[in-house]
Amino acid sequence: MDDLRIAILDYVRREYLEEDDERTLSPSTRLISGGIVDSFSMVSLKRFLERKYDVKIPDADASPEAFDTVDSIAALVERLAAVRA
Amino acid sequence: MDAAVAPAVASFRDVYRAELDAIRAAGLYKDERFIHDPQGAEIEVEFPAGAAPKKVLNLCANNYLGLSSHPRVVAAAHAGLEKRGYGMSSVRFICGTQDIHRKLERRLSEFLGTEETILFSSCLDANAGVFEALFGEKDVLIADRLVHASIVDGMRLCKAMTDTYKHSDMGHLEEKLVEHADKRFRVVITDGVFSMDGDLAKLDEIVALAEKHGALTFVDDSHATGFIGKTGRGTPEHFGVHGRVDLVTTTFGKALGGASGGCVSGRKELVDMCRQRARPYLFSNTLASVIVSGTLEVLDLVSETTERRDHLEENTLFWRKGLTEAGFDIKAGASPIVPVMLYDAKLAQDVARDLFAEGVYVVGFFFPVVAKGQARIRTQLSAAHTREHLERALDAFVKVGKKHDILGKTKAEIVARYGL
Repeated sequence: MDDLRIAILDYVRREYLEEDDERTLSPSTRLISGGIVDSFSMVSLKRFLERKYDVKIPDADASPEAFDTVDSIAALVERLAAVRA
Repeated sequence: MDAAVAPAVASFRDVYRAELDAIRAAGLYKDERFIHDPQGAEIEVEFPAGAAPKKVLNLCANNYLGLSSHPRVVAAAHAGLEKRGYGMSSVRFICGTQDIHRKLERRLSEFLGTEETILFSSCLDANAGVFEALFGEKDVLIADRLVHASIVDGMRLCKAMTDTYKHSDMGHLEEKLVEHADKRFRVVITDGVFSMDGDLAKLDEIVALAEKHGALTFVDDSHATGFIGKTGRGTPEHFGVHGRVDLVTTTFGKALGGASGGCVSGRKELVDMCRQRARPYLFSNTLASVIVSGTLEVLDLVSETTERRDHLEENTLFWRKGLTEAGFDIKAGASPIVPVMLYDAKLAQDVARDLFAEGVYVVGFFFPVVAKGQARIRTQLSAAHTREHLERALDAFVKVGKKHDILGKTKAEIVARYGL
């Protein structure tokens, strides 16, 4: 797993799981459709990504589908970072 | 039949029948029980449909103060019906406001210790309307992750940014307040008493944090008004922050007579703006006069004496102690909502069914009402319960608990046997 996915996974664990939550997360775990992240709480993940990776995520790109797995989030960040570069 | 319409009709029936069958197959279909008498501690229930009504102890009503069928409330409602009629056939701002609507709003402001109050047809309507009326794109709504579904719906209707904090996690809430410091208004949103877990929000800490960061506070006190706090003024009284909460919503559909209706109460300008902008207020009928009259009497009753809320508190202590000593796994707390944790949805349904056979009416709650793997039976106490009622209910719980071998068992042991 690359550093980007490790960092996002770590944030998701800290932000969205309770301390006693025994669920294991992987880059392909369904976050929104799996009930781990609700659409109300996505804003903090979006803000975290924008700050840490210096990208601006347009609202149109911040869809529940794009944020549904760590893999899809990482792909979005990589695409936006490439555009910026 | 119009041939052009027939295929579409057949199609929607097929779609919904399949969905309903799937709900049934998953064991999640909700059947209603038919009650043949007024709400109370003991009621006659027809279940399943067509069965002879059976007298059972009711441990699942929001009738916390036992006022749903109180003779004084019923008499006041009758008198209101006679004096002010049945319906107003209007929204409030056209020709639907009677003198008693104004009287109830003023009375609620006095009772809740707020500046101003506006009535809604339900607290769900109040929650659906309040955020959209007051907040917009420049603002952020920061909600506890376990707030009631009606708050979630209200937040969805509002254009403000939304965010959440972990349940009752004050460190996480403060992180959010700092993170959103760039917003015009930050609104911290919580239930006073959480309806599924029965725990109280840490309202003293929430208000202190909000004041420290210049944020507004919103509390839905539906499961608290009338009985939490030494004189029943709700969680702001219990935590000593009376008058420091900016917005309170509450219902008349639980402790305060249990019929229907609700309100937004709080800072004058915020409530005035709801009167101008809240869509459920502007586009829905006025609260029926009969309910206004009944609720006014309830407020008199609960202001005259704390006897009922004191008795409810004694019942709560007795019930929590009894279940714990019997070996049930219950959620800790101080409210009369006492969840008995069973974790597995089918087990929750089986235990509820067996308790009904033993003469105790409770309901199993499971996903999507609570999180997956958190199925439970939510018991609720009432001031209408006598000690004899609760002893009888406790005997039934112990009998059914033994049958399912869950007494004295940890979560891990229950999950190992029944799954999640």
